[in-house]
Amino acid sequence: MKGLSLGLCASLLLPGLLVAQQSKPWEKIPVPRLHEFKPQQPQRIELKNGIVLFLQPDHELPFVSGAVLIRGGSREEPPDKAGLIGLYEQAWRTSGTEKMSGDAMDDLLEAKAAHIETEGDEDSTAISWDSLKDDSDQVFGMAMKLLFHPSFSAQKLALAQQQESAAIVRRNDDEDGIAARESAKLVYGANSPYTRQPELETISSVTVNDLEEWHDRTLKEKLIIGISGDFDPAAMEARLRAVFEVLPQVTPEPKRHDEFTGPKPGVYLINKDDVDQSNVQIVALGPDRTSPDVATLAVMDEILGGDFVGRLFQKVRTELGLAYSVGGGFALPYDHAGMFRVEVLPQSAKTVDATKAALVEIAGLNTRPFTETEVKRAKDDILNSFLFRYDTRDKVLAEQERLEFYGFPADYLETYKAALEKVTVDDLKSAARKYIHPEKLAVLVVGNESEIKPGLEALDLGAVKNVDITIPGTHDASGGAEK
Amino acid sequence: MMAICGSWMVSSGQDLKSFEQRTAVKVLGNGLTLIVCERHDAPVFSYTTFIDAGDVNDPMGEGGLAHMFEHLAFKGTSEIGTTDYAAEKLALDKVEAANKAYESEYLKPAGGNEKRLAELKAAFVKAQAEAHKYVVPNQFTQIAQANGADGLNAQTGMDETEYYWSMPENRLELWAWMESSRLADAVPREFYKERDVVMEERRMRVDSDPVGRLIEQFAATAYVAHPYGRSDIGWPSEVGQITATEAMAFHRKYYVGADIVVAVVGDVDTKTAMPMLERYFSRVPGGPKPEDMTTVEPRQFAEKSVVVKEQSQPFYIEGYHRPSYRDPDDVVFDAISDIMSNGRVSRLYRTMVEKEQIAAEAEGFTGYPGEKYPSLFAFYAVPLPGHNPSEMREAIHNEIDRLKTTDVTDAELEMFKTRARADLLRGLADNQGMANSLAEYQTRYGDWRELFLELDKADKVTKADIRRVANKVFVASNRTSAEIDTETAPQKSGGGN
Repeated sequence: MKGLSLGLCASLLLPGLLVAQQSKPWEKIPVPRLHEFKPQQPQRIELKNGIVLFLQPDHELPFVSGAVLIRGGSREEPPDKAGLIGLYEQAWRTSGTEKMSGDAMDDLLEAKAAHIETEGDEDSTAISWDSLKDDSDQVFGMAMKLLFHPSFSAQKLALAQQQESAAIVRRNDDEDGIAARESAKLVYGANSPYTRQPELETISSVTVNDLEEWHDRTLKEKLIIGISGDFDPAAMEARLRAVFEVLPQVTPEPKRHDEFTGPKPGVYLINKDDVDQSNVQIVALGPDRTSPDVATLAVMDEILGGDFVGRLFQKVRTELGLAYSVGGGFALPYDHAGMFRVEVLPQSAKTVDATKAALVEIAGLNTRPFTETEVKRAKDDILNSFLFRYDTRDKVLAEQERLEFYGFPADYLETYKAALEKVTVDDLKSAARKYIHPEKLAVLVVGNESEIKPGLEALDLGAVKNVDITIPGTHDASGGAEK
Repeated sequence: MMAICGSWMVSSGQDLKSFEQRTAVKVLGNGLTLIVCERHDAPVFSYTTFIDAGDVNDPMGEGGLAHMFEHLAFKGTSEIGTTDYAAEKLALDKVEAANKAYESEYLKPAGGNEKRLAELKAAFVKAQAEAHKYVVPNQFTQIAQANGADGLNAQTGMDETEYYWSMPENRLELWAWMESSRLADAVPREFYKERDVVMEERRMRVDSDPVGRLIEQFAATAYVAHPYGRSDIGWPSEVGQITATEAMAFHRKYYVGADIVVAVVGDVDTKTAMPMLERYFSRVPGGPKPEDMTTVEPRQFAEKSVVVKEQSQPFYIEGYHRPSYRDPDDVVFDAISDIMSNGRVSRLYRTMVEKEQIAAEAEGFTGYPGEKYPSLFAFYAVPLPGHNPSEMREAIHNEIDRLKTTDVTDAELEMFKTRARADLLRGLADNQGMANSLAEYQTRYGDWRELFLELDKADKVTKADIRRVANKVFVASNRTSAEIDTETAPQKSGGGN
């Protein structure tokens, strides 16, 4: 590994302060063989209707938790009802069931320090629960009632709409939020399923009926149920079968085929008067996780954007002191093209300097050769901490649920690790050629235009395009772009 | 065995007992305390180094110093991060001298001579470049990460500074060497560039965030004497002028054994680990525990307020002075915070969010901006569109009045106690969380067991306690409020601030 001499007695090294310079004393400290460890995999049970259960017993503490993962999320919302999932995830839980209102449920659960929550995401929704062991039967029963017999209430939907409207009118107060959302729009397009945003108009058009339809429809797809904690597996399996095996055969959803063209290269500006630091996003379209190059790209991410060790951090933060926050890389989502994103946050006056420095490092992936040392270090970083992807039973369970959801093989982590071990300098070179195209990058700056001196023209990337972020339906003053 | 008699309500004594069996504490000759807690679930460990000093200890005029030193602690030692420390040390001394010459000209009341300033600045830049020749940048962190460090970070609060990460268990000795090295042998490497980095951190957290700006003014207004009122990251003119010499003086004074607790939780064998840890951590200098900060915030006798008019969305916060964590009523504030703010059953949610529908969020929280000294109990609310800070204020005051005049219900009080117990129990399976808690409680109470014993205090809180404390603390003359009042934009101009 690091040329460690295992037999060396530690006491010879002490006191460390007297050791001669350049002696790399850390390489002389013994690193014994790691204790034997075989992470406990959850038991996978496929019901005859296609629903999948995962059981992960863990008796350390007297708790039981569980979740039902449901396919379908915000990317499937009708565009004129953007924000539906955000409303659904709130109103589902706060409405409760016909027999027990959401408020009554809160009272009962909180008195037991237990929880039932519902959530919505880009590609899924979920109901989860967790309680002390002795309450787990009752809490499971309540969660199942909420799953199969929700009673969406107009009043709770209205409450969710109010909450959501507060988020909408506030969204231009947050510089980071603006930068993240608007840069994604540059890459995927403003109205793509991955970037369209809830507006006052779209959320107010959502009805109770919409929530009910969504719920009934998504429940017919393949559910994935995961349980972890202090329970008896045989009894739990019987219990889950009784609830889920009676459901009809699942109807598989058609595979998505998202096509994106990537950003129009150039410089984009969103002016914000009340900040003294710019948020710079340098973005492009990248591959998804099925790419044969994922392991190589993960190593390249570490070399480019890794905290403390990456080229960006070393140059822009450590050497130039231009930013506290700098980094980035490829997102590699499981089932659609991801973003390549580099982010740097310099003070207004240093915007051009910092952006140029970051662009040089990105282009440098093709021009500045990867060294063996650099590659080894990046691989050590990833591989020696790989253990932390499965050091708790909950993490192992979550990984298996994720793989099941996206249709990846159960041993994905092992094959991915093996691929990481094999990454070479040549792999990186060809991956950089394949995926790093400086001429295709878009640069978005959210910042205080009057303080950005020199101006963004100095980047020599063509005319600066202003992006309008006025919030429809408000007299948005807080962040709107000037024409 | 956690459960007894079919009840989950494990007595705190039971949890404590199981913990005591696998937790060892050793105070070294230099005063440093080591805690090792065994948990053999996976071949990993987490650690927290807890320094009983934070930005409250920054000397006058040097606000942000503790945080600045925290950044320095990642820059290496005389052995890590240098190609030739003897030569580097001479070069670093020259950097200090050059900086001193530059800053004394810069800080002249008349503003300094421009030509002279340019010369001195050039000399300073040159001295830094000279010292940089010996630097192996970020080597400390690189060694840690190449050896599997996960979640590597540090944070500086008003009261304390914490360093932490997790690692595979076979790197325990490597970690002990690294951590004890940086505690005992810090080097002010690349200090002035790191100061620029911290200035960017300030711009990100405070200057470019409307609520960040407001909160800084809120604390500054609430306190007239105690350093809790100072910006925790430092006022620009102070943190921008801190020198490496000052940072190293802070280190010498506060990074002594008596001020440090190191907790390790995970797949560790105490019998073999403790002597090894003792060998390494004995390198940390001893010396007496530095005297405590002695300024006491005088009693507030009139309400104070901050009103910021700007184009961002409205926001309201108010705070009341409360005693420190050592006060017997500390746990009563926890109860109030829980009943007012915890979840959808909480009073502020039920009234302001659900019933009156004027706020998107409303909560109260205790122990701001620290806990070690008398601090604030604060309430904040985020108005829904169409509602304003004065409505938030009124609604919060109504809820406070209810707390003063009517007892909380049995159910509310019981809920607080149940959740406190369950939360503690839930945290036990998290190595990093436990390392933080053990180190913190050992520092604050001189005994980590207080983490469990605190539950007994929670169990003793009564309805009368809550009314008594609310009536004593939540009074107008003890209040500071701060709000953002939204101004409409001037017609299509770039204006604003």
